[in-house]
Amino acid sequence: MEKRTGTERVKRGMAEMQKGGVIMDVINAEQAKIAEEAGAVAVMALERVPSDIRAAGGVARMADPTIVEEVRDAVSIPVMAKARIGHIVEARLLEALGVDYIDESEVLTPADEVFHLNKSDYTVPFVCGAKDLGEATRRIGEGASMLRTKGEPGTGNIVEAVRHQRLIQAQVRKVISMSDDELMTEAKNLGAPFHVLQDIRETGRLPVVNFAAGGIATPADAALMMHLGSDGVFVGSGIFKSDNPEKFGRAIVEATTHYDDFSLIAELSKDLGVAMKGIEISTLEAKDRMQDRGW
Amino acid sequence: MINIGVLALQGAVREHVRALEAPDVNVIVVKKALQLEEIDGLVFPGGESTTMRRLINLYGFYEPLKQFAREGKPVFGTCAGAILMAKEIAGQPEPHLSVMDMTVERNAFGRQRESFEAYLPMKHVGENIEAVFIRAPIIQSVGPEVEVLAEYDGQIVVAQEGPFVACSFHPELTEDDRFHQYFVQVVRDSLKVGVTAE
Repeated sequence: MEKRTGTERVKRGMAEMQKGGVIMDVINAEQAKIAEEAGAVAVMALERVPSDIRAAGGVARMADPTIVEEVRDAVSIPVMAKARIGHIVEARLLEALGVDYIDESEVLTPADEVFHLNKSDYTVPFVCGAKDLGEATRRIGEGASMLRTKGEPGTGNIVEAVRHQRLIQAQVRKVISMSDDELMTEAKNLGAPFHVLQDIRETGRLPVVNFAAGGIATPADAALMMHLGSDGVFVGSGIFKSDNPEKFGRAIVEATTHYDDFSLIAELSKDLGVAMKGIEISTLEAKDRMQDRGW
Repeated sequence: MINIGVLALQGAVREHVRALEAPDVNVIVVKKALQLEEIDGLVFPGGESTTMRRLINLYGFYEPLKQFAREGKPVFGTCAGAILMAKEIAGQPEPHLSVMDMTVERNAFGRQRESFEAYLPMKHVGENIEAVFIRAPIIQSVGPEVEVLAEYDGQIVVAQEGPFVACSFHPELTEDDRFHQYFVQVVRDSLKVGVTAE
């Protein structure tokens, strides 16, 4: 009975189990427990949520391992953590700490402006952000086992996540309808690995789970992203920057499960208190656009 | 036609729907408790058991699911699904639905980096079953009425008690549908028994 760890199926399968769920950013054990209690399928252990990273400025790095361990020991659901783009050692370190998933994330300041991590090398699975099918398939080519839209993290503004999810879905539909002689040109135009596009055309969908992330602030936002074909949602600053995180977290989980039950979402959107303050995207300077990090 | 439901609160639903396909099977994605009345058997998919349990309570599934099992209708739980079915969960004061006489231990093989795949022989089903274990539980012990169908490394990973089948890995993530088709047969047989009893 040969036992194989870190296989593509084991890594992608882990993300399949998260489908229809909400993954919440937390910065300590107490928040992690609130998230688990609210019905999160996983938590992302961070030193600061994206809106605070935005406010603090400077270089954002992997969280202090103490925080990761504290969160890991507080909950029984999977724990994720972020490493900087291309930071091999941060990623290896998080793997050694036993996190269940690593987010190679543009929310942190990139460590490498040319190369993303070769994620196939690791036993731990990775999730990566993407704005379009080119980015999505390049990350899959490098071994990402899960995708998420980049959106614009820490803004509480859903517009970029919507743009990215709509674009990826439209590009997937286009690939599915292509003939053999069109596919290589599409790979060239997208900068996409040819074999990943072949796989998409054969199966009629992306080979990995694709969540929504970056700007989800309300239950209606979460339901909107599900409506647009996301497999689940990441909520960063939205929950613990709201007035009542317990109630807010529960409402987002319910809205994600029953994204097509509008009277239910109307009910659970009542009296949630003030959602996080948002940022209009056009007021962001180029240097503050996290989605433009990575390629 | 027989109707088999897949509980769709969270987790790997689509994969189970595909694996259950058979000419005489109609697969129903179950999101509301009322749908339980339409089905002859039910699958609890893999996912996060704590999340699923919360949603079970929230959407009024708890009592209807217990009733479904009390009527002896077949239930097949994979990974988180097996945890939902167990009578006891090691280290936790309360079980979830408690429909099957067994004790499970959550995340028994460790964290995600310890997740693995292997081939197993399974009683009534066949040799070389592809088994994908993801943060998987094990079945620590089973009651006298429970039959052990498969073990890995000396640990129980598949067990059956009459119409209830629990499994700690994910047959739905493979192309090998033999295990699902075994459950479909359990559902077919349960309907035949129903006819003779009347």
